[in-house]
Amino acid sequence: MTAVEAEKHEGEMARTSVQDLSTDEAPRPAEAGSATGRWLRFLIPVLMLVGLIVVWQVYVMVYDVPHYILPSPVRVAQALAADWPVLLSALWVTLTITLKALVIALVGGVALAILMAQSKWIELALYPYAVILQVTPVVAIAPLILIYTPTTQAAILICAWIVAFFPVLSNTTQGLRSTDHNLLNLFELYRASRWQTLIFLQLPNALPYFLAGLRIAGGLALIAAVVGEFAAGTAGAGSGLAFRLLESQYRLNIPRLFGALILLSLTGVLIFAATSLVSHLLLRKWHESAVRREN
Amino acid sequence: MNTAAIATAPDPTTASHAPLVSLRGVSKTFSNGTVALQNMSLDIGEREFVSLLGPSGCGKSTALRIIAGLGDTTSGTITWPGVRDDTTAKSRHEIGFVFQEPTLMPWATVFNNVWLPLRLRGVSRSAARGDVMEALGMVGLEKFADSYPRELSGGMKMRVSIARALITRPKLLLMDEPFAALDEITRFKLNNDLLHLWEKFGWTVIFVTHSVFESVYLSSRIVVMASRPGRVIDELAIDAPYPREEEFRTSSIYNEYCRKTSDALHAAMEGSEHR
Repeated sequence: MTAVEAEKHEGEMARTSVQDLSTDEAPRPAEAGSATGRWLRFLIPVLMLVGLIVVWQVYVMVYDVPHYILPSPVRVAQALAADWPVLLSALWVTLTITLKALVIALVGGVALAILMAQSKWIELALYPYAVILQVTPVVAIAPLILIYTPTTQAAILICAWIVAFFPVLSNTTQGLRSTDHNLLNLFELYRASRWQTLIFLQLPNALPYFLAGLRIAGGLALIAAVVGEFAAGTAGAGSGLAFRLLESQYRLNIPRLFGALILLSLTGVLIFAATSLVSHLLLRKWHESAVRREN
Repeated sequence: MNTAAIATAPDPTTASHAPLVSLRGVSKTFSNGTVALQNMSLDIGEREFVSLLGPSGCGKSTALRIIAGLGDTTSGTITWPGVRDDTTAKSRHEIGFVFQEPTLMPWATVFNNVWLPLRLRGVSRSAARGDVMEALGMVGLEKFADSYPRELSGGMKMRVSIARALITRPKLLLMDEPFAALDEITRFKLNNDLLHLWEKFGWTVIFVTHSVFESVYLSSRIVVMASRPGRVIDELAIDAPYPREEEFRTSSIYNEYCRKTSDALHAAMEGSEHR
């Protein structure tokens, strides 16, 4: 067998073994015999949740805790059901602001990162202000923003954007900068234009960094939407979950407060799950973070 | 790239005998004051297989990059007498470069990695398909067009890198210690494959290495370099006929050349120590 054939053969073997492993997931004792393993992965968190709720319910019943201190899960569920229209419209407001802020942060963060990657001078001129925006507590800037913006909603949107913007910007910048120097040399050798280098090399290279920034920004946008609303002090119809939280507290309607909290947590979890899914789908073919380790 | 240093083509009748690329008094000093290359003069003829051999820091990689047009010279000239219709653009198109690492884009399939040089010239995927598959065929990797680099072994990645360098059908192939990170068995295989391709296609190869054995096995000529400052010390012609196969590795001629080259390299290294 010649050398070429030998390595071809070796390669073919490597390939078939890769296919074997991907189609046949059974021989992984650590993750249990596939079917039961998958069931357990689903079952354990659910059982844990049900257990916690039962303990909570029993605790409230046994110690007869007043509902304005700690409502039982049943009462919270009742509140959720009864106040559903109010809570849902509040959730919708908060969610809209969060997603809008996130989208603007993504577009703006990536655009600014690309701009800064084009020239050291632009970076020197702009980056300090991005840092200043980030390190100044958003609650402290909120009163000013409120004065300058026409509506409270716009003010909250800006607060959420400021907070979500920085992780996207700094991660994408880092990703654009960490391009392999030899690949840059290769692009230079083949006389790639600046645009080609950006599209074919720098942006794909920055993708994992950007996606890590996206996951952070998604959570932060929600947090900032709530904090922004606290700071802005909205009231009445058209306000978000933060206002409903405060209102429930003033009225000692603790079951509704819990209901609003649960909705907020669920939203946060959903945003995290969605951004993680996007990240996984985009990286699963090639990036070490998303590829299952096989050994 | 030092455009001014590129001269126009000489008389076409002598072009085939003229060197393909010619370095005259080339020096390179880095911004930190390190003299990477001092007064290097070298002619590379068409269809030659020249190795630049030397200890690390002797400027052999720097010389290769300068020939590729990556980075300027501090002084000296590079001319391309053997390239007709000589322009910077033209000569660059005829260069293939293989780095020490495979330098593949991890997010792109093997096909897309090899397609890259053509893609940058505006050749569409479908128009490039034939060329890409042919280049992959040369290195025996047609079946891996849709694999990602992370799924390949080190030797296979290097083959992809070579296929990518070959796809533009370069006249001159520059290789910067391409097999240094591979195990010996794979390196021997790739040495043989490279020689076969070179004999078949008749490119000019400049091959940077720090291995005496590799350089003797592959080259028609070895340029021995010394470090601090990087400079050419010696030149040896390896007159053993091609094709060279595994028997050559165990022949007495091969051993003789290895000993000579080794001596030249030691002389070069001692020379720099006494400075």
